[in-house]
Order: sequence, then C-alpha cells, then structure tokens
Amino acid sequence: MNDPVVAKRPAGSGDTGAVRGVAAAPTATEAPIPPTPEASETQTKVHVRPGDRIFRGLATGSGVFIVAIIGAIGLFLILQAIPSLGLDNVNFLTSREWNTTDPANLRFGILDLLLVTVVVALLALLIAMPIAMGIALFLTQYAPRKLARPFAYVVDLLAAVPSIVFGLWGLFVLGPVLFPVSTWLIDNLGWIPIFAKGNVNVQLGGTVFTAGIVVAVMILPIITAVSREVFERTPTMHIEGAIALGATKWEVVRTTVLPFGKAGYISASMLGLGRALGETIAVAVILSTATSSFGFSLFDGGSTFASKIALAAPEFNDARSAGAYIAAGLVLFVLTFVVNAIARSIVAGHKEYE
Amino acid sequence: MKIQRHGAVLGLVAASALLLGACGSDNNTGAGGSTPTSGAAAVPVECGGKPKLNAEGSSAQKNAVDAFVQAYKQACPSADLAYNPSGSGAGVKNFNAGLVDFGGSDSALKDGAETEAATKRCKENPAWNLPLVFGPVAIGYKVSGVDSLVLDAKTTAAIFSGAVKKWNDPAIKALNGSASLPDKDISVIYRSDESGTTDNFQKYLKTAGGWSKGDGKQFKGGVGEGKEKSAGVAQAVGSIDGAITYVEWSFAQDNKLSVAKIDAGAGAVELTAESAGKAIDGAKVKGTGNNLVLDLDSIYGTKTAGAYPLLLATYEIVCSKGYDADTAKAVKAFLTAAATTGQAQLTEAGYVPLPQAFQDKILTAVKAIA
Amino acid sequence: MSTISADPQRLATPPTFQKVGAARRFKNGLATTLVWGAFLVAIIPLVWVLYTVVQRGFPVILDGDWWSKSLSGLLARQQGGGAYHAIYGTLVQGLVCGVISVPIGIMVAIYLVEYGGRSKLSRATTFMVDILTGVPSIVAALFVYTVWITYFGLGRSALAVSLALVLLMVPVVVRTTEEMLKIVPDELREASYALGIPKWKTIVKIVIPTALSGILTGIMLALARVMGETAPVLVLAAYAPFINFNLFEGPMASLPLLMVNERNNPTQAGFERIWGAAITLVLLITLFNLLATVISRALAPKTK
Repeated sequence: MNDPVVAKRPAGSGDTGAVRGVAAAPTATEAPIPPTPEASETQTKVHVRPGDRIFRGLATGSGVFIVAIIGAIGLFLILQAIPSLGLDNVNFLTSREWNTTDPANLRFGILDLLLVTVVVALLALLIAMPIAMGIALFLTQYAPRKLARPFAYVVDLLAAVPSIVFGLWGLFVLGPVLFPVSTWLIDNLGWIPIFAKGNVNVQLGGTVFTAGIVVAVMILPIITAVSREVFERTPTMHIEGAIALGATKWEVVRTTVLPFGKAGYISASMLGLGRALGETIAVAVILSTATSSFGFSLFDGGSTFASKIALAAPEFNDARSAGAYIAAGLVLFVLTFVVNAIARSIVAGHKEYE
Repeated sequence: MKIQRHGAVLGLVAASALLLGACGSDNNTGAGGSTPTSGAAAVPVECGGKPKLNAEGSSAQKNAVDAFVQAYKQACPSADLAYNPSGSGAGVKNFNAGLVDFGGSDSALKDGAETEAATKRCKENPAWNLPLVFGPVAIGYKVSGVDSLVLDAKTTAAIFSGAVKKWNDPAIKALNGSASLPDKDISVIYRSDESGTTDNFQKYLKTAGGWSKGDGKQFKGGVGEGKEKSAGVAQAVGSIDGAITYVEWSFAQDNKLSVAKIDAGAGAVELTAESAGKAIDGAKVKGTGNNLVLDLDSIYGTKTAGAYPLLLATYEIVCSKGYDADTAKAVKAFLTAAATTGQAQLTEAGYVPLPQAFQDKILTAVKAIA
Repeated sequence: MSTISADPQRLATPPTFQKVGAARRFKNGLATTLVWGAFLVAIIPLVWVLYTVVQRGFPVILDGDWWSKSLSGLLARQQGGGAYHAIYGTLVQGLVCGVISVPIGIMVAIYLVEYGGRSKLSRATTFMVDILTGVPSIVAALFVYTVWITYFGLGRSALAVSLALVLLMVPVVVRTTEEMLKIVPDELREASYALGIPKWKTIVKIVIPTALSGILTGIMLALARVMGETAPVLVLAAYAPFINFNLFEGPMASLPLLMVNERNNPTQAGFERIWGAAITLVLLITLFNLLATVISRALAPKTK
C-alpha cells in the first residue's frame, strides 16, 4: 500500500499524512483542512452522478434497515414481556427467585441471572482480552512469517467449532482437568470470597470458573482475528519511522501499532463480550444450576440469561410463563446496550476514532 | 505451513466427497444392525397418503419414535416421518399451530386453552391423547460398594428434598437391612432444563411418597445441583461417588449407573421390562372413548406385587377428525405400525412394549381416526 | 519520513545512535516474553479443542457413507448412516443467510464510514449494530418465530432459519467491514477523487478492494459463527433425519441440530455422530476460509 501513497504525497497536503481514522476525527490539530470525503462532495455537488445517488441511497437504506430491525426486536421483547411483568409477584429486578411453573402465580426475579451472566462474561473477557492482544501482536509483529500464517489459521478455525462442541469439551475434557486447580484454589485461597467453596460440586466442574474459561476460549478467535487485521494494517511508514528513531521492538509496538489499532481492538473485544454475554448452548451444557443463590464465588453454579432461556424454551406452553423468560431476554438486550454505550464512550474518550 | 497444507487436503477431500455424493441417499437398509422382525400377528398397515409426516414433541420418546419410524418404513417403503424431539411444550404448541401432523407429549392436553386450541386445529373435532410410549424412569445412583439398593417413595422423597443427607441414614438402612452403606453425603443431581421426566418424577413422589414440594417441569426439591438434559445428569452421576438422580432407563443403562429397586409395599421390585409392563397393565384410563388419557395415580400408586411404579407415559396427540385425507391415511398407517411391529425394538431402547390389552385399545382408537 | 511528525510527542525517546538503556531493554524483553507467553498459553486450549474434535471425529468421517447418506430409518443405537442431510442443510442455510447478510452488512459499513459522517442516523446505526451483536441467538430465533410463524402464519422452514441467522451475521459483518474500511488510507480516496472518479466508483474500485482481505476474514468469521449456531435451527426448523432439499418447507437438518439431537442418544453411535458432525462443520468452514483466501488474493490490489 506504500507506492500509490508515496507517489501521491506531494499533491496532497503535508499534514494529512495520517491514516483515515485520525483524519476522520476533526480535532483541533487538523482544523484547517476539512475531512476529505465531505470536501470532495462539495466539489462534485454541481453534478451529482446518478450512480452516486443510487449507491448512497442503498447504503443509507441499509443503515435505516438495521435501526428498524433492532427497533422491531426491542418492541417485540417489550410487548411479550409486559403482560408477564405485570403478573410477577416478586420484584423483577431484585428477587433471586425463579418459579414460572404456575402461570397464575409467577414469581421471577433476575438478580441471580444478572450476576452470573456478568461474572461469566467478565471472567471470560478478563482472560481473553490480554491473551487475544498477545496472539494478535505475536502473529503480526513477532512471529516469523512462516509460523504466523498456519497459526493464524488455527485460531481462525476455532471460530468454526460450534458452541455445543465447546460445551461438551468443557464438560468432558476441561472440567476434569480443572478439578485439581479448583480444589487448590478453594483450599488455599478460599478466604477470598471469589474463591470460596461454592454451591455446586467442584468435581463435576459445573462452575462459573469452568464456564468462564470455556467462553474465553470461544471468544478468543473473534477478538484475535479482528485485532490481527487491524494491527497488520499499521502503516509501514510509522513502524519504519519508529525503528529509524531507534525504538526497540516493544517501543515500536507501543508507539505505532497499539495506538493505531486500539479502537479496532476495543471494538473486537466488545464483539467478544457481546458473544460472551449471549453465549447459550455451551454455558447451558457446562454450568450446573444450583438451588441456592449465587454467592459471588467462581465456584458457584447458576444460570445466565441465555442458558436459562435455552433450558426452558422447548417447554414453553403458556404465554405468561414464556413472557417471564422473554423479560429476562429483554434485560440481556438492555445489558448489551449499556456495555456498548460504555465501550463507545471509552473509545471516544481516546479520540483516535470517534 | 504443514497445518495449512493438511487443511487444504482435508478440504479437498471433503469437497470431492460431497461432489461424489452429490445425490445423497436416504437409503440405509443393511447399514443398521438388526431390522425389526415383523410380528407374527401383524395388523396390516394400509400405506399411502402424505409421504413425509412431521411430528414433534417430548424428547423422552425420541428413541421409541425412531423404532416406530423404522417399522413404518419397513411396512411402507416410500413413507417417512420426521420427529423433532424439541420438548413437550413445543410439541403441543406446534401441533396446535398446525405445524406438525401430531404432537408427542409427556402429559395429556390440559383442559382449557390447550384443549380448545387443539380442537380448533382439528377443525372443531376433539384431539385424542394416545399413550403409545412408556418409558420407565430409573432412580440411578453411584456409591462405591453398593450394588443393590432398595428405596420406597417416602425415602426417595426425603432424599430429593434434602431431609435425608447421608447414605447411611437410618431411613435408607431400614430398607436395606444387610447392605453396608457408607457414611457419605448424598449428592442429588436433577435436570436443569424443564422436562416431563422431572414433572412425572415429582408427581410420582406426590402420589406415593408424600412429596410436598410441588410438581411441574422445574425441579422443586431445593437440594442438589442441576445438569442439562438426561445425558448431562447421567454423566454427572457416573462421575461422582455418592450421587443419585432420576433419569430415563436407557441413560442409566448406557452410563452404567446402578438402579435402585422400588418397594411400593409389596416387596422390592427391580426395574425390568416385565415389572414395568405389569404396572401398565394395571393402569386405568380416565379419558372418554378413544381419548386414552391415563389416570397416572393408578400407576404411581400401584400396590401390585412385582409392578414397577415409576413410569413416564408419553402420548401422541392426534386429531380424531379434521386431517385431510392424505394426512389421515399416513398418520393411521404410522400409528398402526408403531403399535404393532414397532414395539419389538422398544426394550432394547430402554422402553416397555405395550401389553396386549393396551395395544388393542390403541389400535381401536387409531382405526377410528378419520 | 515526514509521517512520524504527525505525532511527535509520542516518541519521547532519546535520539538515535545511542546505546539502548537497560530499562528499555528490560521492558522490551518483558514485552516479548509476554507476547510469546500469551501466544503459548492461548495455543494450548485452541489446539486442545481441535485435537479433541479431530481425534474423536476423524474416524467417523472416513466412512464414505458419512458424506453420501442420511440417518433416515436408523435407530439411535444402530451404527451407520451419514450426515449428508445435515451437511446440505448447513450449507444451504448458511449460504442463503450469507447472500442476504453480506450485501446488507457491507452497505451498512459503507454508509457508516463513507457517507454517515457524524449524522444522527449514523450514530444510531452504529449503536444499533452494537446492540444486534449482543442479541442472544435464542432471542433472535424467538423474534423470527413470532413474526414469521405466529404473525405471518408461515410454516417452519430452512428459510426462517436463514432469516434468524441474518440477524446474527449482519452485525459481525458490519463491525469487521467498518474497521477495515476505516483503515484504508485517505490518500487512496483522495487520489481517486483527484482523477475525477465518482465517489461510488471510488468505493467499489478502490476502497473495498484495498480492504477486501479483511472484509473476507470478517465474513468468514461471521459465516463460521452462524453455521455453528444452534438455537435458531432448534426453534425454527425441525430436525429431520432424512434429506429435504426444499428450502421453503418442511423440517431440515443441519449439523448443529444433528449434534443437539444426538446428545439425546446415549449410545456409541450417538457419540460418533456428534463428533463426526463437529469435525465436518470445521472442515466445511475450513473450505470456505480457503476459498476466501484464494479469492481475496486474486482480487486484492498488489500492494506488498
């Protein structure tokens, strides 16, 4: 990608030599020169080509379509959930009870589901984010080219493994291996609440701990793949410049690759978090449900929103009971909403991208 | 590099294999082990009608329906049936929505909305509940050194509600005079998904064991830990010493779990096809006419010597009238094959074949479908 | 050279031709170790999962019947039969879903990067895509079930599954495409405009080809995700053990559905079918990935 850029440079303005991402944010440093696409638009405004108009219409239409679809899903969830929420005999947000057997006496609250969902997803993200960054950096910056390609391939392949396989792998293969680790943590660090002995049998491995690790493995490929693509695109000139200034390998990465790829990396992580929050079948297979409520230990069992819905969905036979689960789905929906809003504001705060 | 090349080779193999078999085949004759031997007194199956039937419902009867389909295909080579074991709720819902030709359910249609919707789906004709598949539920356990265990409904209820916590509890000891029971905690495993097995198990405990926790498809015992599906609970019990659960017989067998004998008052009864068949023989029908809804209390509460009371009766929910001619013909053919030659393979799959008297009742009902 | 001047304050390092200090060397060494470490830590479970799948599934798929027959008429405990019906279902559902979602996804990304700017609609769309990313598959499935079956009164079919999968695939395509389009250097666009080429042509001929390999990676990831998705197929297309070529009607198997189904089968045959289906799915995705690589190599502008 160097050649055309270099060839063109004299014609362009000297200080827009940055990437598009930077240029897109009209920060003070670049105030004099308006962002380029808009600039070109004003130039061609005199005769807007029909092709342009059609293409723009298509693109805008697709955007509107997405907004409409989400609106429809949200509306659907709300419409289905409201009647059941009205019949709920306990507080929906603060109760840990979940009993929908008798449609005439619905008692459901989401506190436990919310906690388990968040803990599983955060644990997964906590494990996956640094590792994914490590792999992405390794594959793009550190690994010899011959090694990088096949390994990148293996990582991509993982995205192809269906979630039920991860579930079975977690249950049959990983669970038994984690048993000694869990026992050790409980015995030695049990005084820390998150490592306390939980409400399910550690030997079965149906704990938040196992589920979190498996979900971490599941979201690794998706975070890695996107981060890798972004890191790979760090302009060679930036890297060469840093090297020319005598930067060590790590300094090159820190000063060029990471700033360049940060937004992409966070975006990829959010993609991963979205998947972790909504992961259904694998969690349903691995996680044991418990009869006592979640006690903030990694060795507790429980249900996430998605696994709760999946475990009950085949037996939905009453709209009122089903509505309770849809209300839970609605909360998950809102949760994703909030997480994304926070992530967006973090990215925006870093000014690299909007 | 190596991995990539392997990937490429595998991919090519896969692609070429698919291309070679571009016209895949449904023909599996000869592939399987035994094919059902046609019963001696076989009722002739009148083939024809809709070539591919759809049915959906209880996963508990999935393997039985597979056997029925095999019998059906043998009787009517060009016919087929897809059974989607997505759950009783889905079965009833999709039957009532007209998406499937008949539904499979762990419980009969409930009075009220469910029955009304079914009547509407059958063009204002009643829907019938035909109990075609009986699956014994085993109380499976794993305690090292304990190969034989006798339980009664009351003790079982106490275990599954957390009142009895140790294997050497006096209540268990009283039923197992000679056995040496260890001083070990009982780990109760239950189904984390909603299931008819849980429902029936709790109903059994309510009828026979004074269970006060309530019934329904969610486990209400308030003790233990839930695993997903029969496969999950059976595997869990198999991997912990001291665990106990309730699970369909075939899963207990395949996971090599020990199965408790049940003492319903007339001595300990082992779970066998005969002992379960005896309980079915004593079952009373509370539905009217050809709507063969069972009075489950007559099974759960049986005092007959040698009858195993813990059974899961699953129904096929069909329209008495209101099918189009093609569908009616195929449904009748399928049910006839199921009730006759289809029964032969059931024991192997962990079910109980229908006793003769019951089979006759079902065939009468099937004949009456129009 | 002039590029670096864009952010000089970041390079707070001493001038060139100085000996690299111990602290810097230490940091460099530490970072290298960590990166290698992360890679090694990650590669263990990744290879482990793949190994489990291959070890358990590979013997199953060597049988020719696996690729050419269905499971029609077989009992749970009877060996034999194949997954042709499920392979067909997975491919068709995945492809239909791809055909619908890829254009939508790419157009949305183009809108966001090239046209939207900072407009309200653009912000709303970005946000909605984020939300859509988080919609659990089972909720998407229930949504389609309500609209397609309860409201429109249409039957369950493979097409309904594809529609639910579209909801899951679009956001992944949008997000990855968006990232890739953003990092196409502006100079390329400017050069094109300078030559008087219309904007849409610039996008189609310059911007997209430059980002193509990244976009294809995203599409493949998305496709991999939806083809392994279980919940929508469970709710929207009933399982059938026989071959059903009809996209619009009747139950149709797919590989994930086959796996969920065989989980109800405690016998050896069920075990084999689960892992056989798993490895088949992985192979299918591999095949798609290879295709994507080949295509992107052929189409990408020669830049390196």
